[in-house]
Formats: sequence, structure tokens, C-alpha cells
Amino acid sequence: MSLEIRRLDKSFRGLKAVSHASFTVTEGDIVGLIGPNGAGKTTIFNMVAGVYAPDSGEIIFNQRKIQGLRPDQVCAAGIGRTFQIVKPFTGLSVVADAMKEEFLREKNTSSARALSISILDKLGLGAKRDLPASSLTLPDRKRLEVARALATRPRLLLLDEVMAGLRPTECDQMVEVLRELNRADGLTIVLIEHVMRAVMALARDIVVLHHGEVIARGTPAEVVRDPAVLECYLGEETEI
Amino acid sequence: MRRNLALGILLAVLIALPAFCGNYALSVATLILYFAYTGQAWNVMMGFAGQLSLGHALYVGVGGYAAGALFFHWGIGPWAGLWVAMLLCVALGVVIGFLAFRFGISGVYFALLTIAFAEFTRIGFDHFDWLGGPGGMFLKVAQRDSWDLANFRGPPLMYYYAMLALTAGAFVLCFFLLKSRPGYYWQAIRENEEAAQALGINTFRWKMLAVALSAAMTSIAGVFFAFYYNNLFPEQVFSIGRSIEIILGPVIGGVGTLFGPILGAVALTVLSDGITEALAALGWEIPGIKQVFYGVVLLAVIMFLPNGIWPALARKLRL
Repeated sequence: MSLEIRRLDKSFRGLKAVSHASFTVTEGDIVGLIGPNGAGKTTIFNMVAGVYAPDSGEIIFNQRKIQGLRPDQVCAAGIGRTFQIVKPFTGLSVVADAMKEEFLREKNTSSARALSISILDKLGLGAKRDLPASSLTLPDRKRLEVARALATRPRLLLLDEVMAGLRPTECDQMVEVLRELNRADGLTIVLIEHVMRAVMALARDIVVLHHGEVIARGTPAEVVRDPAVLECYLGEETEI
Repeated sequence: MRRNLALGILLAVLIALPAFCGNYALSVATLILYFAYTGQAWNVMMGFAGQLSLGHALYVGVGGYAAGALFFHWGIGPWAGLWVAMLLCVALGVVIGFLAFRFGISGVYFALLTIAFAEFTRIGFDHFDWLGGPGGMFLKVAQRDSWDLANFRGPPLMYYYAMLALTAGAFVLCFFLLKSRPGYYWQAIRENEEAAQALGINTFRWKMLAVALSAAMTSIAGVFFAFYYNNLFPEQVFSIGRSIEIILGPVIGGVGTLFGPILGAVALTVLSDGITEALAALGWEIPGIKQVFYGVVLLAVIMFLPNGIWPALARKLRL
């Protein structure tokens, strides 16, 4: 068992963002987290990543309770994340941007740089590594977000809408990169995604959230036929 | 390569400088180096780690008073006093940093906290009779013709070389810091603290380190100040004007750059003295006219070179 979320609750001034959410992610799995806006997807991510402490419930990662840890401690425990609203270190070059994270595991500047470059190459940013991060286009910034998260060498990667704003071919490229990381390195991935094309292609399992509750869980094929999911999220006529 | 060569030439010129200029020019050069050094120290905190301090005179003052008092009361020389000064300033920096970073005070509120500490230290020292109170503390004036390295008393030449060594040391230190883990971590915190934390950086610890290092570096300038000027008045050393003086160099030269503080210190001192000379040559004796010119030039730099002189110059020179 890689990640286990048990009866998680979180309210913001009386607004219940997440209520009694429970699900598990097995090691080596790719799980999609879907649901309408405001369903609590990003709130769950933020609780796993240590940005908020849950009001109640437990988050267990590799047999260790991680709720209430600081974000840097969660990261050191092996969970990498990206942000929905990209947060590049705008003033720095792309490679410098990716290097910081590599320092978490690497002591030495030149090896950190070499490893960062290999990750950037993997994501197709190799040629742009000396440009300032602020000059990147949105899809490239999304890739940089993923590269940065990968540079911390996580065992679990939390991706918050990295496909949004990408064109279908770019989206397919990203899917390919992620699938390869999952296959080659055994990286466990949880992704929040509205782009159903990507979710269907990537996820082996999908968790559907609505009003902070888990309303369905299953393979992509099962989930798209679930009446509750159709009603609240996909709409009845959706063709995937 | 070109950059190393230029740096080597600059250092050689600075070492040889006293042979070519008189005492007045040497004192101006010492002042420039003093501001280059304190600017570099401030830059560690603001330029690298993004924590704005508007009260750096606090560390100059406490450092100066600590070493000065040890010398004044017990004859303990500055080489020992230096460590006491650094320790005290690091402790102060850690207290300020802890209060701010633990309780989430950031941005302008952090800057206000640094001003508050400098101000209430100033008021406290005004009532601290052991250190001379508002009347100031005076160290025995140095014999200007003999070198007494143990007590750091000697001719202007000695102070010039001491300041040159400090400035060069701070430059090298910052160069290596920027190229290694602390530099990368600080810049990540400066650019986006939330993202830095999500990527595994203990932001609290690294911000504290930046403050402690900056405080320690600045305190050495304080010790220099005490033994160079031989007098310390709370109203002067802790005043907010002093803090602003420290900041102006790196702001004009380029915040967060290695050369910015040095270039800024040169530009400001030359400008200030140049205006005085020019006004004297023109024979204008209007009170306050110097400050008006100074302010206008500062405004112009900020309007046309908002990132400071160095980034623009570096682009021109293709460094």
C-alpha cells in the first residue's frame, strides 16, 4: 500500500470542502482524481502535500502517518507535487529552476545539474534549459512543473491539472512521458485532471469526488457508466 | 575568462591605489568599500533570500558598540571583540527571524519589524549610561603614524586594506554561496516560497540562515566603524538613515547580483562627492541643493534602470 487516505475532513469557515473522503493508492498505480469544480480535489492534494492539516482523518504513506507534516517534510518523505496554478521561479533559468529540487538528494552542484538536464531532456525542455523560466509558454511551464517535482525523486507524484491548456498532441506527449516514468521507475502517480482524454489514457483507477465526498471508484470503463458520476459530472450523453 | 581577467585587474588596481592617491581620496575609497561590503551583507538577506531588512544599522551599531565597549572598558582588542560582536548580532538576527518566520510575518511587515528592532535599540542605547548614553562613546584616537595591528589602530592605509580584504572576502563568499545549495535554495524561496517548500526546502531554516549570515557579516562592518571613526552615538549609528544608506548601494547597483552592491557603492559615493565638487566649482551656495540633485539622480536611475545598473551594464558588456 503506497498511499492511504482515511475519512479525511476539512472545512473552511463552515464550508465543508472534504468530508469523510477515503481511498487508497497501491504502489506503482496511476490513479485519476476527477470531479466537478469545488469537489475538493485540490484540497485533498494540499492535505497530502502538507499545505493544510486535515480537521480529522488520517493520511498514511508507506506505513507512516504524514498528516500535519510540513510540505518540505512531506517532500522529503517521497511525495512530489505540481501546482494547478504554475509557480515557476520566474527570475531563474530553466535548468537552475529544476536544479534546486535535485539538491534535495544530491550534494554536489555539477551532479545536480547533470541530473536536472536529464530530467529536462525527458520532458522535452532540454533545448530551452538556458532560457529564463519566465520566457516559457504555458505548456512548457507545465512541463517545468513536472520536471521540478520529478527532480525531488518522489516515489509518489501528485499532478494537479498538468494537462490543462495543452493541445491534444502535447497532451499525448505528456501522457507518454508519465506512462514511461510509471513503467520504468515504478513511480506511483495521482493526477487531478479535467482532460478526460488524458485520464482515460493514463489512469488504471479513477476516484470521483463530488461535494467533498467520494461517490465512485473503479476502472475508467466502470466509472463512465456509473449513473451517479454521469449525473453530477460527465453528463448523460458523454462520449469518451 | 574575460570576467576573471577583469576582476583580477580591478583587484590589482585597488591594491595599488594607495600609492597613487592622497589621504582624502583614500578615505573616499575606504567609504566606498565600506558601503560595498555592508551592501553585500544586506544583499544576502534581501537579494538572495528575498527578506527585506530596513534596519541593518542595528547590526552595525550593536557590532560596533560590542567591540567598542570591550576595548573602552577593558582594553580588549577588536580581534576578540569581533567574535562577541558577531555572536550578539547573530543572536539578534535569530530572534527577529524567529519572531517573523514562526508567526508568518513577511514582506513589508517583516521590514517594519526590522525597523522596530533598530529603533528600540537606538532608544535603549540612549539610556544605557555604561555605553555613554546619548553623549556617545569615544575610543582613544589612534596614533595615525604607527601600525598597531593587535588593537586595529594605525594610518588610513591600514583601514583601507582592511576594508578591501573584507569586501573581497564577502564577494568570494557570495560567489560560492550563489553557486551552491544555499544560493539555489534562497533564490527558490525568494521567487516563490510556497513552491520552494513543496519541493522539499525547509524554508524556515534557510531563511534563518540568511538572516544570521547577513547579521554576522554586517556586525564586522560595525566593528570596523567603531575603530575607524572612534566614536559611536546611538542617534547616529542606529538611525534609519544609516539603514537606508546600506540599502541604497545594492538597490542602485542591482539587488541580488554579485556586482550590484559594489557598483552601487561606487556610483553613489562618486555621485555624492561629485555633486559637492561641482556645486563648489559653480559657486552655488543654496542650502539643500545637493540633496535635490542626489534625489533627482536616484529617481532617474530607478525610472530608467529599475533592476539597477549592473544588470543593464552586464547586458551591454555581454558578460
